[in-house]
Amino acid sequence: MAIQRKANVHILDGNQAAAIAAMMSRVQVIAAYPITPQTPLTEQLSRYVEQGELQAEYVAVESEHSAMAVCTSASLVGARTFTATSSHGLAYMHEMLHWAAGARLPIVLACVNRAIGAPWNVLNDQQDSISQRDTGWIQIYCRNNQEIMDTIIQAYRIAEQVFVPVMVCYDGYILSHTEMPVDVPIQEEVDRYLPSYQPHTVLDPANPKNYNLVTLANPRVGVDGKLCHGYMELRYLLQEALQNSKEVIVKSGKEFNQLFGRDYANVFWEDRNEDAEITIVAMGSLAMEAIVAADMLREQGIKVGVLGLRVFRPFPKSEVVQALRKSKLIVVFDKNISYGSEGATCSEIKSALYGTYINAAIRNFIVGLGGRDIKARELVEATKKAIASLKETVVNPDYPEWICEI
Amino acid sequence: MPQKSSLNNRPIEIRWHGRGGQGAITAAKIIAAAAYAKGYRGVTAAPSFGAERRGAPVSASTRIASEPIMVVSQVEKPDIVVVLDHTLLSYPDVTQGLGKDGWMIVNSPLLPKELGIKFECNVATADATRVCEKLGLIVAGLVIVNTAILGALIRATKIVDLPTLEKVIRERFPASTVEINLAAINKTYEITRSAK
Repeated sequence: MAIQRKANVHILDGNQAAAIAAMMSRVQVIAAYPITPQTPLTEQLSRYVEQGELQAEYVAVESEHSAMAVCTSASLVGARTFTATSSHGLAYMHEMLHWAAGARLPIVLACVNRAIGAPWNVLNDQQDSISQRDTGWIQIYCRNNQEIMDTIIQAYRIAEQVFVPVMVCYDGYILSHTEMPVDVPIQEEVDRYLPSYQPHTVLDPANPKNYNLVTLANPRVGVDGKLCHGYMELRYLLQEALQNSKEVIVKSGKEFNQLFGRDYANVFWEDRNEDAEITIVAMGSLAMEAIVAADMLREQGIKVGVLGLRVFRPFPKSEVVQALRKSKLIVVFDKNISYGSEGATCSEIKSALYGTYINAAIRNFIVGLGGRDIKARELVEATKKAIASLKETVVNPDYPEWICEI
Repeated sequence: MPQKSSLNNRPIEIRWHGRGGQGAITAAKIIAAAAYAKGYRGVTAAPSFGAERRGAPVSASTRIASEPIMVVSQVEKPDIVVVLDHTLLSYPDVTQGLGKDGWMIVNSPLLPKELGIKFECNVATADATRVCEKLGLIVAGLVIVNTAILGALIRATKIVDLPTLEKVIRERFPASTVEINLAAINKTYEITRSAK
């Protein structure tokens, strides 16, 4: 049962919530390069360090690639590290994202979701983080600023147990620049929740080691006479760590509830799915707007529920199957697209349902790219269109529909 | 954690129009904080998304509701439109979506009826610019009317009261600027004229 604690509510935007969460997590090294809409977050962290409120090293790097290189090095010498970026910055970091995950370093990155050019666009969609899906990072998406604060704190607890880096994703502007009430924990509570970082390996001049050197495909005997893993075994262990991380994510969410009274024991959020015949699936802040759409559809007698995806990697297949077991129609809204195919979360849902007894129709809509506003009434119209399409002969359309002017 | 919303929890939606540098975004945030202090559990305040420039038309929005707010899309049908610079009234997007029960709060030396607004709505005006000029509320050559206009907003619509607003100003502003901003709010509150 959740403990009773006094609320300490501040009206904060998403970047402020993220900065406070990183500070309260007692990060020791921050390396970041400013990019819209992440900039106020890094400015705030740099201010905390300058003003002595946060005992950390702020490394003002010349690029995002270097930001992740600094985080990787700092994590290897035993420091708790944080970085944040958006869009092109995350894309530029790509190579080092692979490295951080391969080196099994518990780095936490806040991705303030923004569209990617060309053409130039500074506004929100989720193409940036979705494009980093296969780098071996855990990805968790937030619906509101409270979740940003809570998820960053939880991210360290998760990352430092499973030794996989965590990307905490939240929508640019819609959350990063929008103020709303956030219950801010007190430092003692966060300290109780987050023990200090115990690295799996420490690079130390007094005890020199070679780490992540060229590793052959097959296992072979090391200089100490012990059989060492080959590249493939090490990569298997990364996959195994992500597979097993779901349990740690849920447990960390439950433990968070015990201390802070906010429950994160689920890998996704559900709204009225118990009796729903139709389920709307969305990720990030759109999952909130979807609840308003579900209200409007229920007013019209259509039994709609919402599945708001939170943990995208590892993808919670069995839980999704359980949640969608009664759905006859699943309407998936994606703020991203795998060009030539469909929205990424739609592919995940379809993949999860394959081979189960669930034979729901699935309709995918691409929405909100480059900050295109998407309103509850538009989600309602799309859902009705999906319902009407059930009468058509095409059971499973090849491609998604777009909510735009073409 | 907000899990449910209902349609009867429709928020009060305020859209702010000003020019870059006038402080419309700050005003949007102050009123959100004041509403929370007054007991509304759902408040959000957002700038118009994208690049803002000094002098160019900018907008911002505030939503206020009794329960946590689930709507994240942009304000379409505002209940209240606050205009920090009356020269913006010629832009059609300033009045867009405002219904006949809605309020227009305009920083203007004119009376509500003299504004020439061509559709039915409630109007309140106050010469916040003159109030601020007299008080010397000027930063880098720009008259900062964002706090003053809050006086007109709360006088006309009563969404929060003066003491609550004062509390938020004291919390959010540097001590050296609190009194001048409170004076601007109080004076503008006094001189606000409304027409329904």
